Amino acid sequence: MDFLNALVALSNFVLVPGIAYGSQLALGALGVTLIYGILRFSNFAHGDTMAFGAMVAVLVTWWMQGIGIGLGPLPTALLALPFAILGCMALLLVTDRLVYRFYREQKAKPVILVIVSMGVMFIMNGLVRFIIGPDDQRFSDGERFIISARDFKEMTGLDEGLTIKTTQGITVIVAVIAVALLFWFLNKTRTGKSMRAYSDNEDLALLSGINPERVVMYTWLIVAALATTAGVLYGLDKSFKPFVYFQLLLPIFASAIVGGLGSPLGAIAGGFIIAFSEVTITYAWKKVLEYIGAEPSGLVQLLSTDYKFAVSFVILLIVLLFRPTGLFRGKSV
Amino acid sequence: MKKLLTATAATALMASTAFAAEEVKIGIILGFTGPIESLTPSMADGAELAIQEVSDSGMLLDGATVTPVRADSTCIDAGAATAAAERLITSDGVSGIVGADCSGVTGAILSNVAVPNGVVMISPSATSPALSDAEDNGLFFRTAPSDARQGAVITEILMDQDIKEVAVTYTNNDYGKGLADSFQQAFEAAGGTVTISAAHEDGKADYSAEIGALASAGGDRLVVAGYVDQGGSGIVRAALDSGAFDTFHFPDGMISEKLLENFGSEIDGSSGAHPSPSEELSTAYADLVDGRFDSSSPFTPESYDAAALILLAMQAAGSTDSSDYKTKVMDVANAPGEKISVGELAKGLEILKNGGEIDYEGATGVELIGPGEAAGNYREINFEDGEDKTARYR
Repeated sequence: MDFLNALVALSNFVLVPGIAYGSQLALGALGVTLIYGILRFSNFAHGDTMAFGAMVAVLVTWWMQGIGIGLGPLPTALLALPFAILGCMALLLVTDRLVYRFYREQKAKPVILVIVSMGVMFIMNGLVRFIIGPDDQRFSDGERFIISARDFKEMTGLDEGLTIKTTQGITVIVAVIAVALLFWFLNKTRTGKSMRAYSDNEDLALLSGINPERVVMYTWLIVAALATTAGVLYGLDKSFKPFVYFQLLLPIFASAIVGGLGSPLGAIAGGFIIAFSEVTITYAWKKVLEYIGAEPSGLVQLLSTDYKFAVSFVILLIVLLFRPTGLFRGKSV
Repeated sequence: MKKLLTATAATALMASTAFAAEEVKIGIILGFTGPIESLTPSMADGAELAIQEVSDSGMLLDGATVTPVRADSTCIDAGAATAAAERLITSDGVSGIVGADCSGVTGAILSNVAVPNGVVMISPSATSPALSDAEDNGLFFRTAPSDARQGAVITEILMDQDIKEVAVTYTNNDYGKGLADSFQQAFEAAGGTVTISAAHEDGKADYSAEIGALASAGGDRLVVAGYVDQGGSGIVRAALDSGAFDTFHFPDGMISEKLLENFGSEIDGSSGAHPSPSEELSTAYADLVDGRFDSSSPFTPESYDAAALILLAMQAAGSTDSSDYKTKVMDVANAPGEKISVGELAKGLEILKNGGEIDYEGATGVELIGPGEAAGNYREINFEDGEDKTARYR
């Protein structure tokens, strides 16, 4: 019984939030890693791309709620997601046409593109705040819980409750579908194969007749879909606030780099590694340990929760020092 | 052209000197943007109500008019607050300041602007115990009690409900830390246990890690010393969602319409308390406000009193110069003298004009103690059926 209590307490405060957060980071990191692999620069505007996509989803959701379209127990935002992806695709294609294409034609160095992407980041940041404002926005609706703590306690008779929010369930399911689609696309379709070829060796790909502009366009389209999905899921699960997406940039980059930049599998692994490190290192283990028999005197908390972001920084540094290409042998930074 | 310029300058000069004799400006510096932005409009309205009352009476210093000037303290950005206060004094030429609201920016304005310029400052809501010992040259007062007092009040409330073990989370700034520390001290002295006292940062999207730590430490109730428009609500939401805590205690920064709007009946069984005058004074204040703004919003009666005290002290000293009237603030606020309640500012001004003494009671039962801070009455609240019910006054 005590062991079950320990397991439930651990699931409630570590496993469930960790898995949901990890999926959100993984989707974000996939976008970063694709841009790095194919367009060959670190896209600092990624966090704000997510914010823009999520913002379109919020606006469409409000409109749908206004005219009474809904999904019953599921959040309306899922219906708004395709529209948001289209909006985000339009934004990224316009940005590419206006900004990045110029630098591509100049054959600009990656470091210049990084600086350019920072400029794009500030513009997108301003755009989002200008349209929807800097405040918290609520757009989740439908059933809040798959299992609520109170129901779980009544059902099982345990002392500890387990909560699984609808948004957490949806996050994991949508993330799995998105990742499966992405891998199918990259491995099975002609366009996907040409993207991988372009990523592996640009000159050889050009010689075999691959149209680089087409590859670039498809990359942006996929990145828009991934970023919007990640942004909407994060906003649904937590809350939508433009500045928060900017702060997400650090853990997302940490995930992509830890996994190995340019490696999609690495991005997913990295997302979960970062998410679980953040949650487990700042978790106070006292209660779980008490249930399994130990009697700790303190809280058994390695780091105060204030240092949550520092954790991803430290992991990032360690990986860069000892294995610069990341766990899955991506490209070195 | 030159002549014209000189002429205009001369007229402007004359106009301004003529004006200065009968116009008194009072600065109101509150966080109109930032973490308590849903509270500050009513607070400013409260202060302006007192200013209006004095101005309309025509009794202040031979019929001076009083004009309020608002400025934004942002509640959290000391640099912006200091610049705004500087502007109030140097450019608007205010003779006294009502404000600031949050403890951190209040301390910054006090040491960087009010003391160097020698301007009296009365805060309606800065409650950090640290401000009691701040270097102020006798210029700083507050109509809100120090959190050392609030810590004792929370302890009494929880002890009366037989709650001996609590977890505490506080917003990571002067207000939160001060309140959490003073509460912990009082609670442990009374025989209670604080299982954990953990900070939370405002403006995050996700507080599940913080709640994980708090839940692990455990406790019968969670004391949330935060802001309702910021992390405080996020913490409560995460605690309810994960089933970590069902009941809370809400200090003054959390009590607002917004809290009920956000959580409704989910927080039934929780307690709360915020500085508030006795029933009769709050009814009198509500009558005076007459529905023009929300008179039960926290710190609006304190704001009324802060503005009233400045003006009454000016009248007692017969001067709008801070160095003249700063010594009179304590005199008009405390006994001896005739009691002056809310809405009776004209009467008070007249007594002072005739050389009499007053004991200003105002909207909150003002009684300044120690270095010039309110002794403090608190309204204890119980949350039932999605409403906040006044339990009693302490």
